[in-house]
Amino acid sequence: MLEIKNLHKSYPIGDSSLHVLKGIDLSVKEGEMVAIMGSSGSGKSTLLNIIGMLDEADSGQYILDELQIKNLTEKKAAVYRNKFLGFIFQSFNLISYKNAIENVALPLYYQGMKRKERQELALFHLEKVGLANWSDHLPKELSGGQKQRVAIARALAANPKLLLADEPTGALDTKTSYEIMEFIQQLNDEGKTILMVTHEEDIANMCKRIVRLRDGVIMEDKKVTQVRAAQYV
Amino acid sequence: MGGLFDRDLWSEVFSTLSKNITRTLLTTLGVIFAIIILLLLLGATTGMKNGFDKIFAGTATNSMFVWTQRTSMPYKGFEKGRDIDFSLDDLELIKREVKEIDVIAPRIQLGNFRSTTTVFRNGQNSGSSVYGDFPEIDQISKKRIVEGRFLNQNDLDEFKKVCVIGQDTYKLLFKKDEDPIGKYIQINGVYFTVIGVYKKPKNINFDGENAVFVPFSTFQKAFNSGNEVGWFAISVKPDKQVAPALNKIKKLLKAKYKIHPKDPRAIGSFDFSQIFTGISVFTITLQGFSFFVGIFTLLAGIISVSNILLITVKERTKEIGIRRALGATPKIIKRQIILESIVLTTVAGLLGFVLSVGVLLYIDYEYAGKGDAPFENPMINFTQLIVTFILMIGLSVLIGMIPAKRAVKIKPIEALREE
Repeated sequence: MLEIKNLHKSYPIGDSSLHVLKGIDLSVKEGEMVAIMGSSGSGKSTLLNIIGMLDEADSGQYILDELQIKNLTEKKAAVYRNKFLGFIFQSFNLISYKNAIENVALPLYYQGMKRKERQELALFHLEKVGLANWSDHLPKELSGGQKQRVAIARALAANPKLLLADEPTGALDTKTSYEIMEFIQQLNDEGKTILMVTHEEDIANMCKRIVRLRDGVIMEDKKVTQVRAAQYV
Repeated sequence: MGGLFDRDLWSEVFSTLSKNITRTLLTTLGVIFAIIILLLLLGATTGMKNGFDKIFAGTATNSMFVWTQRTSMPYKGFEKGRDIDFSLDDLELIKREVKEIDVIAPRIQLGNFRSTTTVFRNGQNSGSSVYGDFPEIDQISKKRIVEGRFLNQNDLDEFKKVCVIGQDTYKLLFKKDEDPIGKYIQINGVYFTVIGVYKKPKNINFDGENAVFVPFSTFQKAFNSGNEVGWFAISVKPDKQVAPALNKIKKLLKAKYKIHPKDPRAIGSFDFSQIFTGISVFTITLQGFSFFVGIFTLLAGIISVSNILLITVKERTKEIGIRRALGATPKIIKRQIILESIVLTTVAGLLGFVLSVGVLLYIDYEYAGKGDAPFENPMINFTQLIVTFILMIGLSVLIGMIPAKRAVKIKPIEALREE
């Protein structure tokens, strides 16, 4: 469902330029759960941004669900992001003055869904992450793990084809991290395709495949035996 | 997206604004003051205009007097210094030739500055002026009849010896609380029945309160004035100008009485409209100036809204980035910021409007109509209000573009970059 061929990206720094991605080839099939690893500066975040249509590659091919992603206008990128992608961030990125259900419903609002349907669907997803009773709480009234679960519910709300997680456990303690991973694994079990950037080995081992980046190229791409997070919880 | 009337769109805007009530209120303060200044200025100017209007109410603003004097230039064998007298025949001539005329009332004054007049009753002489009048005079110089009635056509047709007297005349000739209607007064030895008493309105009026009006026809008979006319009081039709009509009349009469066309003295005239024009120009200028000052104050207020929104956009960089990542198009972001600008400005405008109307009502209650200052019912009219609001909203849209553009420039990737 995701096909990347010979992807290049560089950023100008003063007069010279920094070549961040030097020809990435990556193919992800439906239902996969992939960890992208690498030290900082390896280009893993840039890769995720390009996949998330928040950034554009200089050259190379990016095909998502048989759709060529190239030269998108800002408007088109926004629509595609909304339709195809669910984002989970390290720092949750919930809107502080909106309560849990409003946060979850936001992507649906941008889809143009009617208020009532939106509320119902958002509540359904909150229930799924086990926070139905917290729907009218503001982010500041929630714990870190709860915030991330609201963020996951938000990422799921628009029923995207691909979930992109950027260090989803980076801001959480180990116990909460495993709880979140358990939940993400469940989503994968249900068939969601998941792409995750992490630099924690234990988290990466909870995925089904690990892609290691160094200096803008893929060093290693291997299938791993998934470690179930449930056993630690 | 259900267009402008989408409930969610508005709830997005209001939830953002209500997130920080203090800042929202502070932001709007500039616009509130601007609206107050604008509306108070306009209201005060209107009050002044109304004050002037009241002073001149009752005298047709499009009226003039035409009277005779002595010629100052020789013409067609006549020497200069000749006395001219208008005759009643001129009435028909002027009416026929000068189409601009609405009402024309010939008048004649007893004595006419040449001999003394006695208005006499019960051994009292009031020294009033006595005029022979047509009922039409009341349309040019309105009088407040406090008792009885004014002269009518019937009085003229039947040469009735009746008169309308001023309140001062009444006080001089009658005892306190005495009913004057039906009583007789003597004018130069001729008895007239009082049919009405008038009071001078509280404004500029060319008849004093010590005057007696009798029917023109009766005047002719009683005082043997023949066809002589002292002067004409004339008003032109509402859509016509006084000056051209006056010129026509003068030309007509000069030709008739063989006066040198360039003689500046032979026919005297007074154009009331000139005074009114002067005052109208004054109040209109003042109104324009008020609007000018007010609009720029408003502009400053709205720019302050824009400024605060600009700061807000900067503060909300992350939030806007999140929204973009979740699928908000640039258009949606732009629309939201502009709507915030409109809502802030409109709410401020309404607050300012309520406050300034309150202040104007208070000023009206406390000061208007008291004292001699021409100040009456200071209010803003509907048109001024609508124009102000349209301008305000238009400006807020335009100025709102600045923070909106800034918001759209935010790239989600930069906004979301982890620190």
